[in-house]
Amino acid sequence: MLGRFPALAGADLEVETGEVLLLSGPNGAGKTTLLRLCAGLLPLRAGTAEVLGVDLAVEPKRVRRAVALVGHETFCYDDLTVAENVRFVARSTGHSTADADAALDRVGLQRVAQVAHGRLSQGQRRRLSLANAIARRPRLLLLDEPHAGLDEQGRAVLEEVVRAAPADGCTVMLASHELDLARRLATREVRIVAGRVHAAPVVPAPGSTPTVPPTPTAAEIEART
Amino acid sequence: MSFLRDALLVAGKDLRIERRSRVALQQIIPFGGVVVMLFAFALDSDRTLLHQAAPGLFWAAVLLAVLLAIGRSFSIEEANRARDGLRLSGLDGGSIFLGKAAAIAVELFLLEIVVGAVVVVLYDISIRGVVVLLCAAVAATVGLAATGTVYGVLAGGLRARETLVPLLVLPAVTPVMLGATRSFQAALDGRPGDAWPWVQLLTAFAVLAVTAGTVAFGPLLEEA
Repeated sequence: MLGRFPALAGADLEVETGEVLLLSGPNGAGKTTLLRLCAGLLPLRAGTAEVLGVDLAVEPKRVRRAVALVGHETFCYDDLTVAENVRFVARSTGHSTADADAALDRVGLQRVAQVAHGRLSQGQRRRLSLANAIARRPRLLLLDEPHAGLDEQGRAVLEEVVRAAPADGCTVMLASHELDLARRLATREVRIVAGRVHAAPVVPAPGSTPTVPPTPTAAEIEART
Repeated sequence: MSFLRDALLVAGKDLRIERRSRVALQQIIPFGGVVVMLFAFALDSDRTLLHQAAPGLFWAAVLLAVLLAIGRSFSIEEANRARDGLRLSGLDGGSIFLGKAAAIAVELFLLEIVVGAVVVVLYDISIRGVVVLLCAAVAATVGLAATGTVYGVLAGGLRARETLVPLLVLPAVTPVMLGATRSFQAALDGRPGDAWPWVQLLTAFAVLAVTAGTVAFGPLLEEA
């Protein structure tokens, strides 16, 4: 809920295993809310939601163990080093420090492994978030504006991680305003407007732009809500 | 075993952060020392009263410092939404509670050693009944840390948490203040037999606080 208004209303969405689903839509449409809901961080006020075959309303903790969320915040501790942060995430989710170190290697942060999180640049923080997600070995990877703050190299790392995910049996949902970059990764795109999902099942051919519903006018949004 | 291992993981994380940031070492512990020094200046003209009031003043200083330690323990979870990271980890709420309470307890033990030394020197106290003093200190510290951790998470997500935590914690730990002061008083007066019932009260409070915290922390973490 955003004040008296539901952040998501009538959101009906099914995602297949191994899909890379792009959530597009204007600011405040409910993309972040949907991702946080899928991560088990927000309570379900109405309706039903099943994530990885688990009822979110009944077993949110089971869902959380199987998902990873790269959000606007890093969920890290400023006074711990990069390595300590990732190792804490890995160990608290039942994985090893070797998994954490491998994740750091993969995102190219080994060089700053002993630097405190509080001293990292914005781009390095985004990579650390990605490393935290990889170290958890998730079955569902939730990415909220993953391109923000990343340099060319960081974006290449992100693309490599997302493209490799389906092969590991991992499903990806990403919300982004950088549609050109995001559409290169997505196998399907849906548009969220005023808390409603406008499904447009499109599998884009390499190099092509998927067809998406047009952005509704203010009058149309008003009429739906 | 994994429950305790997870608790140790959380405690280790919190203590590492404190060691690195030095907030406990450079701010919370000196704060406790300054409080007992101020009491000494205020009551210096009446050494007898200062001597009699020493146990109460010591625990009052510890209690005030506890509020800082609790605030610090939960402010590190608010930065960068680390609290959500803890929730996403899937760690059991009870193990997170034990870990955070244990880290606060370790900081309080260090604080009590320093503040105790200041009290002994400034208030001219002779230490007697060491065993009773230690037992009372351990039970009181565990009770304070556990209670503080419960109320800390309760107020953690609120904007007014800095002012709300003292309002919630201070009345709740009144039995600790009472039991710790009376047991210290009796021990220092050379009446250890009179101290043990208070130590029992402190132990019962600590067991209750740890049990309640282990059960309630998870739901509170979700709701706060």
